[in-house]
Amino acid sequence: MSTLSKTLQLRTSPHILSGYAVDSIMFNVVLALLPATLFGMYVFGLAGTLTIVVATLSCVLSEHLICVSQKRRSTIGDWSAAVTGLLYGLTLPPSLPLWMVAFGGFVCIGLGKAIFGGLGSNPFNPALVGRAILQAAFPVPMTTWMPAFAENRFSWLPPSTLAWPFTEPVYDGFTSATPLSLQKFDQVATDAGQLALGMVSGSTGETSAILLLLGGVYLVARNMMNWRIPVSIFVVVFAFSGLLHLADAGAYPSPLFMLVSGGLVLGAVFMATDMVSAPMTGTGCLLYGALIGAIVVVIRVWGGMPEGVAYAILLGNAVAPHIDRYVRPTVYGTGRRRGAAT
Amino acid sequence: MLQLLNMGPATFRHGVHPPELKEETCGLPIRQFPFAPVLTIPLSQHIGKPAVPVVREGQEVQRGQRLAKPDGFLSVSMHAPASGVVRRIGLMPSITGRMVTGIYLEPFPGSTQEVAEGIPCPLDTATPDEIITAIQDAGLVGLGGAGFPTHAKLKLRDDQSIDTLIINGVECEPYLTTDHRVMLEQRDDIYVGIRYLMKVTGARRVIIGIEANKPDAAEHLRAGLPGDLPAEVQVLRVKYPQGAEKMLITAMLGREVPSGKLPIDVHALCCNVATTAEIGRLLPHGRGIQERVITITGPAVQKKGNYRIPIGTPLRFLLDYVGVDPHVNRIFMGGPMMGTAASSLDLAITKGISGVTAFTDAETSFHQRPEHPCIRCGYCVEACPIFLNPSTLGRLAKHENYDRMADEFNLMDCFECGSCSFVCPSHIPLVHYFRVAKSSVRKARAAAP
Repeated sequence: MSTLSKTLQLRTSPHILSGYAVDSIMFNVVLALLPATLFGMYVFGLAGTLTIVVATLSCVLSEHLICVSQKRRSTIGDWSAAVTGLLYGLTLPPSLPLWMVAFGGFVCIGLGKAIFGGLGSNPFNPALVGRAILQAAFPVPMTTWMPAFAENRFSWLPPSTLAWPFTEPVYDGFTSATPLSLQKFDQVATDAGQLALGMVSGSTGETSAILLLLGGVYLVARNMMNWRIPVSIFVVVFAFSGLLHLADAGAYPSPLFMLVSGGLVLGAVFMATDMVSAPMTGTGCLLYGALIGAIVVVIRVWGGMPEGVAYAILLGNAVAPHIDRYVRPTVYGTGRRRGAAT
Repeated sequence: MLQLLNMGPATFRHGVHPPELKEETCGLPIRQFPFAPVLTIPLSQHIGKPAVPVVREGQEVQRGQRLAKPDGFLSVSMHAPASGVVRRIGLMPSITGRMVTGIYLEPFPGSTQEVAEGIPCPLDTATPDEIITAIQDAGLVGLGGAGFPTHAKLKLRDDQSIDTLIINGVECEPYLTTDHRVMLEQRDDIYVGIRYLMKVTGARRVIIGIEANKPDAAEHLRAGLPGDLPAEVQVLRVKYPQGAEKMLITAMLGREVPSGKLPIDVHALCCNVATTAEIGRLLPHGRGIQERVITITGPAVQKKGNYRIPIGTPLRFLLDYVGVDPHVNRIFMGGPMMGTAASSLDLAITKGISGVTAFTDAETSFHQRPEHPCIRCGYCVEACPIFLNPSTLGRLAKHENYDRMADEFNLMDCFECGSCSFVCPSHIPLVHYFRVAKSSVRKARAAAP
């Protein structure tokens, strides 16, 4: 035929694709996090904003520099480093010294992701690796919180934020306790409604359960998040702590309080669901969520720390490959229903 | 059963929802395609041994006359798609990329193209074995694309039985509307075909499966059902790859065909609706198949439509006749999910090809997007209709760990529907890896003592 002006391409089927792409999934996670991020910036003012910005930039920059040093094409365009950075920033106390934020960002990408081979190869959620190392290295700054809605938060920075690297940050007169530590160490309960709205102190982005859930619903609606993981976590946390509360209401907090306090919603919706470090099958995801939920309650109730979501998820990540090994769907034509005439 | 939990029409579990893209051609009646100046007819258009020519070079043949006879049981006849002269018997390109033997037939330009009559196979008096032979002589293969000789799956061993005959009018492949048109235009042929199939198989129950996106076809077939035909029409939820035999049996009967076995092992038999219609059309006259209905479509095609096209029509002539965009860069035999990209314009339409789809740069630009590492999203796991783990298989395939894929991860159960590649957000060509792996495993097993 004379009209053909091009060489025919030879490719194997399928010749059409669904349109899902790694970069668009990652970008949508960023979009889903925006409401909670903006709220965190509003609640914690300049300090919260700087924490998130420095966290995100340090992760993206680390990813870029590591790629360049390995003479590979930079992979920051796939948005995964931005997701890690943003999540990492949201888990940090807003008054954390910025040099620690930047250091942790480098740890997230370097130790959490790049040394395993980059995107897709990391066994743990990189954001939580960074956070866990900060928690171990700098326990005091990582558990010192500035109050929410401080009067002058848009014009004033806590002195700790701009502390020089390797100096002990100063915390004088502005600290506040989180609802979980109030509950654990002082037996003071906080109203669950206040918690759900996020009117309390805590990490930069963990405070508003409602906005975080909103982001989660968006991702589930776009089929970019496995809903089984957060649902399973919530159910187990609620049931487990509910049983404890029934047994002794004085010693154990109410299940509702457990659900909406601390980093549970942020962790369950955005961290445990990180595709790379979670199981792949539906049943596997339910088990994984149940395990994380149980560990959260154990750490919170009996552990030495008021909060345990990050460690619970890291433990879940460690188990995920084993869940995938043992929980496999029955291949068509090999199961019990094989050949059964009904 | 699981289907009771789902509201609405039946379906199988997992699978994907590609865009249907059928509206451009589903309303276009079947038209006759003209004869090409030379028809190229490969002797192997089916699974099994190639047919053996019974004509010689230079011989004049009449349309419908037998050109080649089956070589053994797993083989079928070929018939002349046009009255003309056999110019040459020699090599020609085939869809697999290999050269195969075939017949070059030059139609007479002025001929009336009357079809030769054969020995009829009357429905009332023929025995099952006679019908099986008649189907083999008619050259029938699965017109849905598999190319498996139809008569071969009708031959039952003594210990086998069929209780349900499924007529496959699913047509889950995007773009294609041939089965849809056949159901609308050849209703009576389908009913006659069903009667022949029932007689051969002894099936008491017949279900015609049609996806919910063809309500007119379902209604048409339901309305015309003769009172004495124990057949029903079942509407299925739209999902790919529902047209695959195993998926269809699961969707309609709730039975699972055991791994490595055939539908007959669960007492079911699937027959494509176009194949059924051809049985009903050809057998009463003792004719052979020398043309079939195809959809010619895709954004690069100007005169899209459904055509009754002579077997052996070269792609070059076909595209010239319907007109294609000069920017066409990919042409497939079949639809976009399972179709094979054409490597040459000298390829011919064969019995198993249900459509020709042509794309331009605009539709294929996504293939320029980079491949990312697997992010273990699990989309492929949710998509695979036979519950494999394409992500793990893909990882093993990259290390050419083919034995482990087959032994531990059921590689050989993959029927290459492409759902995993379709959903993969990292654009990993999973099903391509599996094809390579499967053929390597097959070779290794064949070589093993």
